[in-house]
Amino acid sequence: MNIKSLIKLGIALVLIIALTPCSNLEQRAEAFSNQVIQQGAVGDDVIELQSRLQYLGFYNGKIDGVFGWGTYWALRNFQYEFGMKVDGLAGQETKAKLVKASKYHESHVKEQLKQGNKFSHYGGTDIAKQGEGKPSKKQPTGNNAQQGGNQKAQNQTGAKGNQAAPQKQAAPSKVTAANTPNGFSQNDIQLMANAVYGEARGEPYEGQVAVAAVILNRLESATFPNTVSGVIFEPLAFTAVADGQIWLTPNERAKSAVLDAINGWDPTGNAIYYFNPDTATSSWIWGRPQIKKIGKHIFCK
Amino acid sequence: MVRGILITLLTIGVAGAAFWGYQEHQEKNAILQNAENNYQRAFHDLSFQMDLLNDKIGTSLAMNSRESLSPALAEVWKITSQAHNDVGQLPLTLVPFNKTEEFLANVGDFAYKTAVRDLDNEPLTDDEYKTLKSLYKESGKIQNDLRKVQQMVLKDNLTWMDVELALATEGAPADNTIIDGFKTVEKTVESYSETEFGAGMVKIKKEDENFQHLQGKPINKNEALEIAKKWSSLGKGVETKVTENGEGSDYGFFSVSIEDKKKDIHSTMDITKKGGYPIWFLVSRDVEESNLSLNAASEKAIAFLKDHDFKDLDLFESAQYDNIGVFTFVGKSDDVRIYPDSIKVKVALDNGGIIGLSAEDYLKSNHAREISKPKITATEAKEKVNPNVKIMEERLGVILNDLREEVLCHEFTGVLGDDTYRIYINAETGVEEKVEKLHNAEQIYEDVV
Repeated sequence: MNIKSLIKLGIALVLIIALTPCSNLEQRAEAFSNQVIQQGAVGDDVIELQSRLQYLGFYNGKIDGVFGWGTYWALRNFQYEFGMKVDGLAGQETKAKLVKASKYHESHVKEQLKQGNKFSHYGGTDIAKQGEGKPSKKQPTGNNAQQGGNQKAQNQTGAKGNQAAPQKQAAPSKVTAANTPNGFSQNDIQLMANAVYGEARGEPYEGQVAVAAVILNRLESATFPNTVSGVIFEPLAFTAVADGQIWLTPNERAKSAVLDAINGWDPTGNAIYYFNPDTATSSWIWGRPQIKKIGKHIFCK
Repeated sequence: MVRGILITLLTIGVAGAAFWGYQEHQEKNAILQNAENNYQRAFHDLSFQMDLLNDKIGTSLAMNSRESLSPALAEVWKITSQAHNDVGQLPLTLVPFNKTEEFLANVGDFAYKTAVRDLDNEPLTDDEYKTLKSLYKESGKIQNDLRKVQQMVLKDNLTWMDVELALATEGAPADNTIIDGFKTVEKTVESYSETEFGAGMVKIKKEDENFQHLQGKPINKNEALEIAKKWSSLGKGVETKVTENGEGSDYGFFSVSIEDKKKDIHSTMDITKKGGYPIWFLVSRDVEESNLSLNAASEKAIAFLKDHDFKDLDLFESAQYDNIGVFTFVGKSDDVRIYPDSIKVKVALDNGGIIGLSAEDYLKSNHAREISKPKITATEAKEKVNPNVKIMEERLGVILNDLREEVLCHEFTGVLGDDTYRIYINAETGVEEKVEKLHNAEQIYEDVV
């Protein structure tokens, strides 16, 4: 009984502490969530991590919300300088030290990110001067002039205003970069997603991964071009290209199928051809050694 | 009577003309589509070559030995000529595209001259190194601009035939996104420090070895189904289907598909006949939100691999794509990383469920290895690394070199400028086996323009 009530008391205490507003409003401003942030992560915590590291001068790259190599080295340097275990992971201790040592002008950072401006977040310089001066198209010009005024007060009201706006709460703040698998740009992925969607939008998911995998297998094959666009636009290689279906807008599923294929999933067993047995007119394709059938397509060597 | 015949003849004539017209129209469309495809191909190819060019120049910056620098520069030369070719195929007669062409020619000249020179006797001078650096920067800018145009083209389905039409009808190019985009490519815009496109080494596949290292007895269809059920952990009330591989496959496998119609989850996998190992495994379901951090997800992936008897693995890379975490593991033996033994695991960040595994590379290459002691110490190896690279981490690793042989290397991770490189020095011969530029996150171009 005693233990139970103790636990209850403990929980109550923790809640009280958690809910009590801190005196320093700026630091309270949602300093990190509970997660351990590691390389490859994307999102708000990474934006904050990069901003804080930049504030201290460790991080000189772009604040884009993706934990890449630049952020990794910056974090390790920070851990080294502050006498912590150097592991490149932003765990509880690292985050606590970081919050203590730096400031995070969240509204400034998020506003700049939203507008897609070039900006920085160094300590010791007026934050208002670290954004792009020119007014955004979407925003009335008055906004910028105001920002130049009392910057701290502006920050706080700005942050509160953000929270009050319902549509902003729904949409998490925007990261301005994305992870891409080694050797492929987002445009490559988009182009492949177009091809996959045009060729196999009615197919099961693994059938779509399979079509993307065939494109990739062709890249590696000596008998096919060695660029994504070369393979896709090779005359008569894909019917969806010949009849223009490739320009339909692909859905997210086609895109993630492409990502899976690029990341190494190959449901076809290294096939470099496939055909639909119901519509295939060439007898040559029937002569290829068949590996397997996925959905409506037969995949072959 | 005559009138009747006339009417019939006329009707036939009109119908014939209509049919002929329709056919002509179809043909014209097919040809237009074809021409459009050729333009698209040239354009996307150009963009790809610029990616490659930027990457290769960047990689050569971190190289130190003639053995690796000469081939790299020769490749730069090759890429410039291909890119030049692509520019030539685009219908840009009225758009000035001199700067890009000039740039390509410059890079090509520089690369050719240095590639054919004996770099052992005459290494790169400081000036040449500077040139290389500035070319790298320049190519990064052009790459970026091109990507922006490419993004617009893909997003709005812009066609080159429209560009041509606009150019042909109005004389002066009107307000056209593609043309405008190319004009910005020409203009020197603010530079972006980011570059990407690392030459992913885990991706490089060894020649097909058809799972020759696998141990175990052949399994039958029923056993395959049992194995698959264990993997998918979907429980009862599911529809299952097992099919054998076709005759064209190099190795024997069963494909098992398990579908839970109630929950709308579909899981599929291929299992080797010999030993019943999972080649790949995919669960298709929507992952709408992320409640888990990438770090927590990596713990799940590690636990999952342990549960399924994959041993001696090291987490090598992790990346978050929207609400999915993808983790790459590589083999490990006494602190030596075995890069050819790679496994990928996909974790859904909504509930931490494992939604994919790709073990093909691992199953094909994993076997008992004798890893010899390095003949060259890390300090000796470090001297072979380009002195401009600031080395941050070092370890031993087995990689596949360009000849697709497994070699033991000293691996150095270091920084040069804004880029991170991984450099492999052969631990036996001291040869610089591989230099790779590790890719950074790629800027999202949407809404930026």
